[in-house]
Amino acid sequence: MVAVPSAPPPRRAESPLRVFWRVLRANPLSLFGFLLVAVICITALVVVVAPHLIVPYGAQQQTGPYNAPPSWKHPFGTDGLSYDVYSEVMLALPLDLSLGIAIAGVSLLIGGGLGLVAGFYDTPGTAAGVGSVSVMRLTDIFLSFPSLILALAITRALGVGVVNVAIAITITWWPYYVRLVRGEVLAVKHLPYVMASRAAGVREGRILLRHVLRNVLEPVVVYFTLDIGTVLVTYSTIGFIGVASKYPGPQPEWGAMLAFYQSSGSINVYPWLVLAPGAAIFVTVFAFSLLGDGLRDILDPRTRRAFVRSTSSHDPPPEAVSALPSAPDAGEGAPSPATAVGAVDARSAS
Amino acid sequence: MSRSLGDLLVFVGKRVLQLIPVLIGVVILTFFFTHLDLVGLCNEWYPHAGKTTLANCEATYSQPIVTQFFQYVSNLLHGNLGASISGVQVYSAIAADLPATVELVLAALFLMIFIGIPLGVIGAQYSGRWGDHLVRIFYLSGWATPTYLGAVIAAVFIGPWLGLPTHGEYSTLVPPFPQYTHMSVIDAIIALNLPYTVDAIDHLILPAAVLAFINMGIATRMTRASMLEVLPLDYVRSARMKGLSEFWVLYKHALRNALITTTTVLGITAGGLLAGTVVVEEVFDWPGIGQYAYTAIGGGSSTPNFDGAIAVVIVFAIAVVVANLIADILYGILDPRVDWR
Repeated sequence: MVAVPSAPPPRRAESPLRVFWRVLRANPLSLFGFLLVAVICITALVVVVAPHLIVPYGAQQQTGPYNAPPSWKHPFGTDGLSYDVYSEVMLALPLDLSLGIAIAGVSLLIGGGLGLVAGFYDTPGTAAGVGSVSVMRLTDIFLSFPSLILALAITRALGVGVVNVAIAITITWWPYYVRLVRGEVLAVKHLPYVMASRAAGVREGRILLRHVLRNVLEPVVVYFTLDIGTVLVTYSTIGFIGVASKYPGPQPEWGAMLAFYQSSGSINVYPWLVLAPGAAIFVTVFAFSLLGDGLRDILDPRTRRAFVRSTSSHDPPPEAVSALPSAPDAGEGAPSPATAVGAVDARSAS
Repeated sequence: MSRSLGDLLVFVGKRVLQLIPVLIGVVILTFFFTHLDLVGLCNEWYPHAGKTTLANCEATYSQPIVTQFFQYVSNLLHGNLGASISGVQVYSAIAADLPATVELVLAALFLMIFIGIPLGVIGAQYSGRWGDHLVRIFYLSGWATPTYLGAVIAAVFIGPWLGLPTHGEYSTLVPPFPQYTHMSVIDAIIALNLPYTVDAIDHLILPAAVLAFINMGIATRMTRASMLEVLPLDYVRSARMKGLSEFWVLYKHALRNALITTTTVLGITAGGLLAGTVVVEEVFDWPGIGQYAYTAIGGGSSTPNFDGAIAVVIVFAIAVVVANLIADILYGILDPRVDWR
C-alpha cells in the first residue's frame, strides 16, 4: 500500500487560462511567440474570409512589371510572370498553416489514442498487454525512419499532390505521439489519485478518459504547438524537392514557390523571389517554436525546477514539481535516458 | 550492480539482438509503403520512360505483392538492391556515396558539439535572462529555418562573402592522390597533401555549418536542461565554495555530468542530420548519399529511380538504428548507474 502523503494546505484552484497567462508572462520570448502566432492565425483567417482587405492581387494575376524589385506597390516585388509575390505568399498562408495544424492534429489523434491505450492497458500476459507491446514495437520501427525520407518515398508511391503529401507525412508522424503519450500515461497511472479512484469503484475506461487523459494533455498540447512548425518545414521541404504541388498554379504553396524560383536560377539576380516565401516559412515556424519551446521548458522536469525558483513568488503547486517522473520510458528499445519529451526532441526540422 | 567487461559484452549483445526485428520491420514497411499503388507505379516513377521500359516495368510490378516481396528480400540477402533505369547498380552507387555523407554528418556533429554545447551552458548560466533568450533565439532560428533556405542562403550569399567554395569536395574534379576512404579531408591527410587538406576543409565548412545550424537546437536544448538540473546540486556549490573560477565550475564540474544525457541525444540526431543531407548535398553538390536520394526520389527534374529510392530509405533507417545503438551503448558506459546486465 502506498503511504498517503499528508494533505497539502487547501489552495484555490487556478483556472487553466490563468496558468497559461502566468507561464507566458514568465518568459518574454514565449509571450512574443504567442502574439506572433495569434497575428499569423488572424491573418490567415482574413485571407480566407476577406482577402481583398490585405491581398491586393489574386493568384496568378499579372500585374504588369516583370521581376520588379520590392516597392510600396509590390512589397516583395514581382516575379518573372509579373505576379505580385506578396499576394502569392499571403494566399499560400491559409493552406500551409492548415496543413501544419491538420497533419500534426491527425497524428496527435492517431498516435495519442494508441499511446493512451498502450500505456494504460499494458498488463503483461493479457491480450491487451500483447497488443500494447505490438504497438510499441511497430512504433519503434517507424521511429527508425527519418520522417522526411520515408514521406518522400510514400509521396512518390501515392502520386504528386497536396493531399498525398499530407497523407505521407501523417504516416511517418504519428509514432512520436505514441511514445510521448504512453510515457506520460505510464508516469501518471500509478499515482495515488488514480489508485484512489480505482478503490472508489470508478470504471477503468472512465479513469482513463477522465482522470488520466486530463493529466496527460498538458505536455501533449505543448508538443503539438512545437510540432506544427516542424510539420510545416517538412512539408515545404517536400515541396522544395518538387514532389508536392506544382507552382505556378491556382493555389500557391511556399515550398513549391521556393522550388520554382530557386530552380529558375533567379536568386542571384532577384533575391526577393526566394527570400519572400522562405521568410514566410521561417516566421511562421519560428512563432510556433518560440511559443512551444517556452511552454515546454516549464513542463520539462529538469528546467521546471529552475522555473519554479525564478518565479517562486507565484508559488506553483509543489506536487506538480515532485510528481513529475524521470525517464518513464526506460528500457524500451530506444536509448533509455531519453524521456518522452527528450525522445521526441530528436525529430528535428528537416 | 555488475560492470565487468563480460557484462558489457552481454549488454551490447542484447541490444544488437534487439535490432534484428526492427531491421526486418524496416524492410517490410519500406516495401509496403513504396508498393501502395501497384497499378500506377510505373507511370508514377517513370513518366517519361520509353514504351519497352514501361512494358518491362509493368510486367515486373503486375505480379502479386507477396511474390514481389519475397523476390525483393531474396535479392536483398544476396546484396542486390536493384538498378536504376539506366542500368546503374544501386548497391555500388550507395557504397560509393556513403563515405562522403558520413564525413559531412560527422563534421556537422563536430560543430554541434563545439558550438551547441557551450551555448547550452551559457543558456543555463543566464537562465531566464538575456543571455538565455539570445541562445534560445539562435537555436530556434536554426529549428525554424527550412534546410533548403539555409543551404541556398549559405551557398549564394554567405559563401561568396566569406570566400568559401560552395561546390563539391575539392576545387579540382579529381584530386591528384588515391582516394582510399572517399572522405575528402581524410584522404588529403593520408596523402600528406597540405594544400588539398585546406581545400577540402574549406569545401566542408559551409555544408556542415548549415547542417549543424539546422540541428543545433537539440544539442543546446539538452545541454541547457541538464545543466539546470546539475547546477543546484551540492557538489557544484562546494566547487564554487572552494574558490574555483566560474568557468572551471561550469565547464569542468557541472558540464561533465550534464554531458551524459547530451551524448545520447546527439546519437538520436542522426535522423535529422541524415534527412538534412538530402537537400544540403544537393545544393552544395556534395557527392554523398543525400544527393543520391534527391535524384532517386525524382527531385528537381531528375529521373526517379524506384529501386534506388527504396534502398535509400532502408539505408537511412539502418543508419538511424545504428546511431541509436551507439548512443544507447555510450550512455550505458558513461552513466555509472546503468546496470550492464
